Amino acid sequence: MIALSLSAGKYAAFVWPAYAVTLLGFAWMIVDTLARARRWRRKVDQLEADQQNPRRAK
Amino acid sequence: MIAALANPLRFMAFSRLAAPILAVLAVGLAGAGLWLGFAAPPDYQQGETVRIMFVHVPAAWVSMLAYACLGVASFFSLVFRHALADAAAKAAAPLGAAFTLLALITGSLWGRPMWGAWWVWGDARLVSVLVLFLLFVGYMALRASIDDEGKAARAAEILALIGLINLPIIKFSVDWWNTLHQGESILRAGGPTLANVYLVPLLLMGAGYAAAFGALWLARTRAEVWRRRAVSLALQAALA
Repeated sequence: MIALSLSAGKYAAFVWPAYAVTLLGFAWMIVDTLARARRWRRKVDQLEADQQNPRRAK
Repeated sequence: MIAALANPLRFMAFSRLAAPILAVLAVGLAGAGLWLGFAAPPDYQQGETVRIMFVHVPAAWVSMLAYACLGVASFFSLVFRHALADAAAKAAAPLGAAFTLLALITGSLWGRPMWGAWWVWGDARLVSVLVLFLLFVGYMALRASIDDEGKAARAAEILALIGLINLPIIKFSVDWWNTLHQGESILRAGGPTLANVYLVPLLLMGAGYAAAFGALWLARTRAEVWRRRAVSLALQAALA
């Protein structure tokens, strides 16, 4: 079993913020990308449905 | 491959499968890289700060990869007037900016305990990476500042192509100038100088970051294709 070293000692104030910032950066990229994809996919579905049924659009 | 994917329908079918596969690959590679990275002993000179390398260096690599993708997509869009290439270029910019910002912040957090400074204006590597960030931001700002989408794309693509000159400057800055930033230790003649105990997790993290960028880039390009389809459908509905 490999032992993990999770104590950054006197450098903890630099090591953990670097990982925290990375986590935040990835979280933003993932959430923003998925939100955009969902929003435009829904919009296209709605517009296509309106096109097939013009009465629904009005 | 590129010619086949230039067809939007084929691209949408391909990316629908490829994006989740790349995402799973990214999680697996980064998980293994982190595990081995935290199992490695502290460096004899840098101590525990060496662990910042596993998030800083891959972010720097992928920031350059993202700019190369932006440049190639801009070239295809500018020369062949291909809408999908333009969508891909537009999708790469915010991701590239985010990875570059991560490289700058984590680099600063590594520099403070090692060099005694958060930032050094005279360091060519640091400044050239800051210029890379400004190029990404400039590309997005230029696109947003012109109402005509076609004209905005052309202007931003020219900026992206000019900015490609910055990639070799970043790569060779540590060789061409005396910098506080350490010299090339991986992609160098004579092989890497890094011990395997650090090199293996670093390469795993690099591959994981690249896979994550690939997954996010495909997903954002898909979103941009849908946005354009929505604009086109809305226009058709308005004219009907």
